[in-house]
Amino acid sequence: MINLLYFAWVRERVGIAAEEIAMPSDVATVGDLVAWQRQRGEGYAEAFADDDVVRTAVNQEHVDLGHPVKNGDEVAFFPPVTGG
Amino acid sequence: MIRVQEEDFDVGQEIKNMSAGNHAIGGLCSFVGLVREMAGSADIGAMTLEHYPGMTEKALEKIEAEANERWQLESSLIIHRYGKMEPGDQIVLVAAASPHREASFEACHFLIDFLKTKAPFWKLEDTSEGPKWVDARSSDDAAAARWVQT
Repeated sequence: MINLLYFAWVRERVGIAAEEIAMPSDVATVGDLVAWQRQRGEGYAEAFADDDVVRTAVNQEHVDLGHPVKNGDEVAFFPPVTGG
Repeated sequence: MIRVQEEDFDVGQEIKNMSAGNHAIGGLCSFVGLVREMAGSADIGAMTLEHYPGMTEKALEKIEAEANERWQLESSLIIHRYGKMEPGDQIVLVAAASPHREASFEACHFLIDFLKTKAPFWKLEDTSEGPKWVDARSSDDAAAARWVQT
């Protein structure tokens, strides 16, 4: 299983804040997971439309699309940050 | 020290706490970020700051640790609020104290520039046209990039 978390407008588009899913069989990297998310439905497709916009953290560290994803990971998707 | 909290903070008290009892400190530089009222057609009222509990603390600790590696600091502080805030409210306080002013100025500037591009916070503004997520600014990326060591 992997834990997926969504923040800000990514959460609004997907429609939920968190979910636990079975690790998809053909997913090895963050990029694979993003492609898999995109085909799950309209909200997901809209949230993940642009690879250049949505940011990802694996186990609470910023990562890029090539980063590996494995069973037990916490993977968060969010827009570019706007704190401070 | 880092703190992520919903409640407001007292800048004067925080600065006093940082330097209390440490006579090696010769300079302390601080920066306070406030909720700004935007000019234009979509004036903002309140603003809500969302964050990623757990990762936020880790990210701030990492930024603070990096500042302490790069500058000789006697004390450093990051306080960032989340939740609902009004124009004029304090959002963030960063401060750095060192024996000499140069390190405290530079470290303080580094702390806020890095925080703006690394810490997982998102601003949702209540505008006259409805709630609107604030877009990230490329100028913030450029500001953080100045501090990247090659």
